Amino acid sequence: MHDVQPEPIAPVIPKPRGRAIVITSGKGGVGKTTTTANIGAALARTGATVVLVDADVGLRNLDIVMGLEARVRHHVLDVLESRATLDDALVVDKRVSTLRLLAAAQTREKDEVDTQAMHDLIDRLREQFDYVLIDCPAGIEMGFQNAIVGADEAIVVCTPEVSAVRDADRVVGLLGNREKIWLVVNRLRPALVRKGKMLSVDDVNAILRLPLLGVIADEPGVIVSTNKGEPLALDDASPTGAAYRAIAGRIAGTDTSAPVIPTEPTAMQRLGAFFGGSAR
Amino acid sequence: MIDFFKKLFKPEGSSSTARERLRLVLLSDHLSLAPDVVESLKLDLIAVISKYVEVDEAACDVTFERQDAAIAMMANIPILSMKTRPPSPPPTPSGPPPAPEPPPSSFGTPATAKVADEPAAAKPPSPPRRKRRRRRANVSPSLGNAAPVPG
Repeated sequence: MHDVQPEPIAPVIPKPRGRAIVITSGKGGVGKTTTTANIGAALARTGATVVLVDADVGLRNLDIVMGLEARVRHHVLDVLESRATLDDALVVDKRVSTLRLLAAAQTREKDEVDTQAMHDLIDRLREQFDYVLIDCPAGIEMGFQNAIVGADEAIVVCTPEVSAVRDADRVVGLLGNREKIWLVVNRLRPALVRKGKMLSVDDVNAILRLPLLGVIADEPGVIVSTNKGEPLALDDASPTGAAYRAIAGRIAGTDTSAPVIPTEPTAMQRLGAFFGGSAR
Repeated sequence: MIDFFKKLFKPEGSSSTARERLRLVLLSDHLSLAPDVVESLKLDLIAVISKYVEVDEAACDVTFERQDAAIAMMANIPILSMKTRPPSPPPTPSGPPPAPEPPPSSFGTPATAKVADEPAAAKPPSPPRRKRRRRRANVSPSLGNAAPVPG
C-alpha cells in the first residue's frame, strides 16, 4: 500500500443547484404572469429562495402583477449587457423576504436577447436560488426560445378554450424532453362546465396528457389582486390563494394530494360574498 | 316547434362542439407536420422494403394518426410480388410484435414479418411473374409500429 497523503477535505459542500422552471402557454392572455407571480410568492412563503425572471422583453408585466413596478431600477438586458450587476438588478419583494424579481426590459425587442447569454444567466441564478421561475412571453418565436433555454422543467398554463389547448399542445411539442412538464388549468368556470358550456379539466388533459399541478377558478379575486399588485397566494382567506399554495407544495414535493377541481360557490358563500364582499 | 322544446328541455352545451373542434384541429395540426419529412420517410421506407418484396411504389401511402399518448405512423404499402431470393439473413417471422416504440431503423421489419407470416410466402420461391397478385401489407396498426413524432 502506498502511503497516500490525505487530501484536505473541502469544507464547503456545494449547494445543490436550484430548479429552473419556465411558465409558458403559447397563447397570450391565459394567465402566465399571474401564475408565475403566485407560484413564486407561494414557494417563497415557505422559506425557499425564489427569483422570478420576466422573459417577456418589450412587454414587461410581472413587476406590475407583483406590485413592484416602482422598485425596478435595472432589467434583464442591463445584466446581460453588463450595465448592472445581477445583485443590483434583483428587486426584493416587499412582503416576502426570500422573493426576488428580475424585470424585463420594456423598451427593447425580444430578439435583442442572446440565447446563450440568457442560458448563462439562468445558470447563475440557479447557483443562488432554490427556484428560478421564468415568465415566458406568448408565441413560439425568439422570446419563447430564450425563455425556455435554461429551464429543465416547465409549467404549461392553459385555459379551457379550443385555441388555448391547441397552442398548449404545440408548445408541449416544442418543449421537447424536459425533466418535467406540468399543467395548470386556469380560468375554469365550474358553473359553465356543469352546464356543458365549457371544456372540463378532463377534456383539456385528454389532449395534453400532462401531470396536473392545479386548477384555478375564474373568480373576481384574481382581478382584484392584480389591480392591487398583491399575489393571491399571500392571502390566507382566499380559496384561489390556497390553490396556488397547493401548486407550490406539489412543485416542492411536500403536497402529494391530487389537485382539487374548483366547484361552484354554495348559496351561503354567494350570500356572504354579496354582503361581505371580500373581493373589492 | 319541436326543436324549440328540445332546446328547452335538453340544453345542448357548446362544450361538445368545442371538444369536436379541438379534436379535428389537432388532428390536422399533427398531420400537417413537415410534409417534406413525411415524403422522405416514405421513400426510405419503400427503399428498405423493396429489398425484400416488390412494392407498388405509386400506391404507397404514409400517414400519421394520433393514438393514446403518441402519434402512430400508418404505412400502406401494396406488395406486387415476393423477391425470388430474400437477402440474407432472412427475417424471422416468429416472436411477439415489436416494442411500442421501436427505433426508426426497424420500420421495414414488420412489413417483412407480416408478409412472411402468410402461407404463400412459406412455400419455396415461385417464378415472380406468375404470382403477380396485389397483396396489401398494412405495416402499422396490427404491429403497433408507433413512431412518436414531436408535435
